[in-house]
Amino acid sequence: MKEELLKRVVKGPDGVEFEVEPLRDYYCEAPPAVHPPVYAKIVEDLFNWARSQSIWILGFGTGCGAIEMRPLMTPRFDAYRYGIQWRPTPRQANLLVISGYLSVKTLKRAIRAYEQMQNPKYVVGLGSCTINGGMYWDSYNTIKRLDDYLPVDLYITGCMPRPEALLAGFEDLKKLIRAGKAEGANQYAENFDWYKTNQKRVIHDWDMPDYNW
Amino acid sequence: MTFDWMKIPYALLTLFIVFNFGLLLTAFIAKIGARAGRRHGIPIWQNYIDLIKNYGQRSSITHGVMFYLGPVFRLTGGVGLLLFVPTIYGSEMFSNLSFAGDLILALYFVFFGTLGMALGAGESGHPHAAIGITRGLAQVTAAELPLALAVFAVALQYQTLSVTEIVAAQQGGMMNWTMFTNPLAVAAAMLAFLGSMMRPPFDVVLAPQEIPIGPPTEYHSAYLALMQTNRAIFPIAKIVIYMNLFFGGATSWPEFAVKVFLIYLFSAFVGVCFPRFRVEQSIRWFLIWAVPLGVLSILWV
Ligand code: SF4
Repeated sequence: MKEELLKRVVKGPDGVEFEVEPLRDYYCEAPPAVHPPVYAKIVEDLFNWARSQSIWILGFGTGCGAIEMRPLMTPRFDAYRYGIQWRPTPRQANLLVISGYLSVKTLKRAIRAYEQMQNPKYVVGLGSCTINGGMYWDSYNTIKRLDDYLPVDLYITGCMPRPEALLAGFEDLKKLIRAGKAEGANQYAENFDWYKTNQKRVIHDWDMPDYNW
Repeated sequence: MTFDWMKIPYALLTLFIVFNFGLLLTAFIAKIGARAGRRHGIPIWQNYIDLIKNYGQRSSITHGVMFYLGPVFRLTGGVGLLLFVPTIYGSEMFSNLSFAGDLILALYFVFFGTLGMALGAGESGHPHAAIGITRGLAQVTAAELPLALAVFAVALQYQTLSVTEIVAAQQGGMMNWTMFTNPLAVAAAMLAFLGSMMRPPFDVVLAPQEIPIGPPTEYHSAYLALMQTNRAIFPIAKIVIYMNLFFGGATSWPEFAVKVFLIYLFSAFVGVCFPRFRVEQSIRWFLIWAVPLGVLSILWV
């Protein structure tokens, strides 16, 4: 446990002393809940359609693949045409693109970012590294199967997939969302213990609380 | 004083029209900005979809009471601003709830939303939100100065604080507009306008590429959707004030649409031409260029 995460007494600039306990003060204490689709089918269909047409990607790149997302914002590929936009904060994002190999250190951040996103949320694994480790299959410091740690909705294969492949992948994701099959967030909540066990198996210096949202 | 109850449904109708107009217009302006960057940009109905999606998010978390109230205040600011100024001059239906001193009230409402937002974002406890708020308030305050000066100049010029009377004084040909009778005030106000529209070069507070992404960092789901609703209404409401004070108001919806579009386009045009200012640069810019213009405009009348 890092020192700044321990419970301690802090003296404010005005001389008042108060106690901080970062793990309690800054984080949530309840495990994620399952949020099943509750509305009538026609309303859910409308929402799913809207979700599919307005995908907000968290601007967070992990591996080599991040470089392939940039052309999507520029005139050449212009993903905005398809209702795909980038948001800088996980709170507002719906889609986490794990763009390539994920080192254990980054996995920690990816988990925190993912858990802060709001249900429904989707994960796309980009490149072969997220499927089986790719060319980092024997690395000591990257994870091999992303699906063990976060519920992946869709993989886009290649090393490196071109921006066209990404666009095609996003179109496929839209079909999944419209069909109501992209329920990764609920899957994560249902199998929370399993995911946490897997995550803790690779992250040895686990210095954050189990719940991060 | 008798109150005409029919005004309420009429005001709601105005709100509805302006809301849809705002959603479409912001998307359209975004498209123009994208075309300037040689992109196609978002579809014109994208704002509607984003709105539905955000209202349809299944989970949301809260950070406390003010966190709830922030977006509500903000929306109140936008709606209030719209409801208390006459949208269409001379129309019984669309002059809303305007009354004699509404100019002061309007000035107040312009600021009201920002303050509510400050409280709400402060409660979210996110450092980026706090920084965003500080920078936003500093910049909006600097931009508000020339606007207030220009508004006082106009009020002095027409000897009234009622928006309706100011519009009435400008009827009868273009040369009666404040734009031509008091160009200095209009110039100062338009510079202030740039600062309050949150478009480049003054969008450092909200721009996604800067400290992500300022005040709304922690806002999501329905909270964000409320703020998006406001983002459709508020700019239009503000432009309506500008239109009424400086550009002769509008006597029909088509005239309204054209004028609002042109005024909005002005900020978009400046936005695609100039790079972004840092906050201290923009404050200095307002104090050096816009405020003296405002002072001069008061001296002029
Ligand atoms: S799949 Fe290839 S390009 Fe992608 S992260 Fe792995 S090694 Fe890099």
